[in-house]
Amino acid sequence: MNIDLFADSVEKQGAIGRLNAGVKLLATLLMTLALILVKDWVSAGSILLLELIALRAVGVHPLRLLGRFWPVLFGALLSGWSTALLVEKTGRVVLEIGFLLVTTDSLATGFALMLRGLAMVLPGLLLIATSDPTDIADSLAQTAKLPARFVLAALAALRLVGLMFTEWNALGQARRARGLGGRDNPWQTLKTVGGQTFALLVQAIRRGTRLSTTMEARGFGGPEPRTWARQVTYSRGDLFFFLGCLLLIAAGYSISAAAGELTFLWQ
Amino acid sequence: MQPAGIEATDFGWHHPGRAQPAFSGLNFVIEPGQKVLLLGASGAGKSTLLHAMAGVIHDDDGETQLGSLTVGGLAPAEARGVVGLMQQDPESSVVLARVGDDVAFGPENLGVAREEIWRRVEECLRVVGLEDLDLNRSTSALSGGQKQRLGLAGILVMHPGALLLDEPTANLDPAGVEQVRRAVLDAQAATGATLVVIEHRVGIWAEHMDRVIVLGSNGGITHDGAPETVLREARAELIEAGVWVPDYLPQTPQPVTGKQTPLVSAQDLSITRAYPSRKQRKQRARDLAAGQSPVLELEPVAQGISLQVLSGEHLSILGPNGAGKSTLALTLAGLLYPVSGRLEAEEPLRASSSLMGDAASGSRSAQTVSSDIASWQPAELASRIGLVFQEPEQQFIRPTVREELEFGPRQIARIRKSPLNEEELAERTDFLLQRLRLDTLQDANPFTLSGGEKRRLSVASALTTAPAIVVLDEPTFGQDAKTWAELVVLIRELVEGGTAVISITHDMDFVRALGGRAFSVGGERAGQMRRVGQL
Repeated sequence: MNIDLFADSVEKQGAIGRLNAGVKLLATLLMTLALILVKDWVSAGSILLLELIALRAVGVHPLRLLGRFWPVLFGALLSGWSTALLVEKTGRVVLEIGFLLVTTDSLATGFALMLRGLAMVLPGLLLIATSDPTDIADSLAQTAKLPARFVLAALAALRLVGLMFTEWNALGQARRARGLGGRDNPWQTLKTVGGQTFALLVQAIRRGTRLSTTMEARGFGGPEPRTWARQVTYSRGDLFFFLGCLLLIAAGYSISAAAGELTFLWQ
Repeated sequence: MQPAGIEATDFGWHHPGRAQPAFSGLNFVIEPGQKVLLLGASGAGKSTLLHAMAGVIHDDDGETQLGSLTVGGLAPAEARGVVGLMQQDPESSVVLARVGDDVAFGPENLGVAREEIWRRVEECLRVVGLEDLDLNRSTSALSGGQKQRLGLAGILVMHPGALLLDEPTANLDPAGVEQVRRAVLDAQAATGATLVVIEHRVGIWAEHMDRVIVLGSNGGITHDGAPETVLREARAELIEAGVWVPDYLPQTPQPVTGKQTPLVSAQDLSITRAYPSRKQRKQRARDLAAGQSPVLELEPVAQGISLQVLSGEHLSILGPNGAGKSTLALTLAGLLYPVSGRLEAEEPLRASSSLMGDAASGSRSAQTVSSDIASWQPAELASRIGLVFQEPEQQFIRPTVREELEFGPRQIARIRKSPLNEEELAERTDFLLQRLRLDTLQDANPFTLSGGEKRRLSVASALTTAPAIVVLDEPTFGQDAKTWAELVVLIRELVEGGTAVISITHDMDFVRALGGRAFSVGGERAGQMRRVGQL
C-alpha cells in the first residue's frame, strides 16, 4: 500500500487530478450519502457498475486504484462475508460448516453490503489518489471556511505520517541488528511489534513537538487574520464533474426503481 | 523590518518542578544587527535562552520567567514575526509538502497579501541559493542541507529583525554545513538582521561573528566580548566543556592494529536500498543452494565494490552523501540484500559467536552459520556483527540503561535456549557502564539521556554481545570534543583486542586518529581502498 499521500502519481496528472479538490470532496460525500440511504443490491450494484465505466472513461484504472489501496478492498470484501454469516438466517441453506451457516437471504444481504461498500470506497479512493492533501486543505479552509488553525495543523501532521513509514523501516533494521524479530513465537513477535510501535510513537511525538515550535516561530496561531498564498479556483470542468456525479446517483436509483427493487434504509 | 536588538535584564528561566533555574541573572544588550555566537557546556541553558528569545516557550504560571527579556523593545511572545528560529533537526524546519507553500507559510500567518508573498518567496529562495528548485517540488525529496536552507528561506520571508539558529548544522555533512553557513551569512548581509547562533563547532562561525557570549554551567554569563578575546580567555573552560574551539583536537593515543584475519570478503558487489519481495528472496535462496550466484532485480546505488574486512583493524568508509555509504554498511551488516556479486563471511566470523552465550553453556559450542550474511537470523547476526545507527534512539529497546545493556546477551541466550550466567553478565555490564561513564545513570530511561550519553549507550549496547565486527554509522556526528575523544579511545581498544571496526564517516580527524584503511564509495576515488597514512 502506497501511503505517501503527497507523492505524485499518474492519477494526479490526469483530467480528474486537475479538478478542484473541494468539489471532488463534496461529490464524494454526496455519493457516500446516496449509497448509505439505500440498502438493496440493484441500486448499489448499478452505481458501482456506472462508477467503473465512468472511471475508465476518464482514464483511471479502477483495479490499479483498488490494488494500490488493497487493505480497503479487502475490508469491503470481508464486510460482505461477515454480514452473510451474521444476519438473521432466512431462506434456503447454502452452506453449513460447523457453526458457519449461510442462507440465500443472508448471502443476498451480504452481497448487497459488499457492493455498497465497494461503490462507496471507489470515489473516496479517487479523491485520495487524484488530490494533493494541500489542495483539499485549501478548499476546506478557504471555501468551506473551516478553522484554518485546525486544517493546517492536520495538514502538517499528515506530512509526518509519510515520514513515519521511513522511520518504521529504520526502526525495524535497528532492532534486527540487536537480535529482535527472527523466527519467533507469535507472543514474542507481538511484543517486538509492540515495542517498535511504541518507539515510533515516541519519535513521532518528539518530531511533532519540534515541528509545532517551528510553526509557532513562523507566526502560526497568531492574532492577525491569515492570508492565503494559494488561490482556490473553480472551472467549468468542476461543474461538469459534480453534475456527472449527481447524474450517476440518479441513474442508479432509477435503474433500481425500474426493477422494483429500490429500498431505502428506513423501509 | 528594522534589525531588532535583544535586551536581557536579570533574565532567567526556572522550569517548574526543577530545584535550580536553567540559568538566571543574565544581563546583556545585543545591538540591532550584531552577530553573536552563544557558547556553553551542554545543560547550560543555551537552547532554552534561544527559545525564550523566539517567544516559543511560555511562562504559564507566572513564576517560570525571572527578570525581563525584550526583542526589538517587545516581549518575545508579542514579537511574532520579528524573530525567526531554526532548529537542529532538518525535518523540523519543513512544515508543508511543497517547496513554495512551505516558504509561504510564515507570511500567510502574518497576513501578508498574496502577490507580495510570492514575490518574497522567489526572493528568499534566491538568497539561500535554492532558486533552481521548482515551487511545486516535494520537500521530502530534499537533502538535509537543502531542508535547512529551505527553513532559512521560510524565516527570511517574514522579514524578521533577528535570526536565531540552534545548532543549524549539527546534523549535516561537510558540504551541507558549508551551504547552510554561506546561506546564513549571505542572508544576514542582505537584511542586516541581528544573528544569534548556538554551535559547539566554534570554527564554523567564529571568524564571521562580532561577539561571543559564554554561558557557564552554573547558569550565568562567564565571558562576553569579541571572538578573539573570548576564545583566548575562555579556551580552557570551553575545552573542559567539550566545545570544539578552533585549532583544537583532543589528544588521543596512536592508532593500533590487532591480530588480522579476513572476516568478510566482498567481490564486485552491487548494493541497493530496496528490499526484495518474498518471491525474490525465495529465488535467491534457491540459487544459492544450487551454487549459483544470485542476482536481484533491484536498482543499485553503487556497483563494483571489492573489499575485505579484517579483524583487528579500523576500516573507514568515505564518500559523498547519497553515494551509498550507509547502504554498504547495512549490506555488510546483513540488513540489506546485495543485488549481485559475492559477499561472504569467512570461516572465523562464521564460527565466532557470542562470548556470553558460550560462557553460559560452559563450552565453546560455536554454531557455524552459512557464509551468506543476508540470510542470517537476527540472533546469529547480533552475536557476530554489532551495528550502531546514526540515530541512537532508533536502537533503544529497554526502559533502563542497565536493561538496555543486558538485552543483547539475554536475547541470544533466549533464542538459543541456553542458560545465562547472571553473575558474569552483571560483571560485564558493570564494566561497560563504568567504561563509558554511564554507571550513575543505570536506572535512567535511555530516551532521557543527553546526546553524548545516548551515543555512548548505543555503542555500549552493541558491544555487550562481543561481536567480531562493529559497524558505526557517523559515530561523531553532532558530538562534543569529549565524547569524540572517548569514542576514539574505545574503538582503539576494540581494534587492539582483535575486533574489526567499520566506521562510515565524513570526519577526517576521526579517520586519522584511528588509522587502518579507508574505502571510498562514490566520488572521484570510488571503489579505491587506501591506507589511512596515504590519504
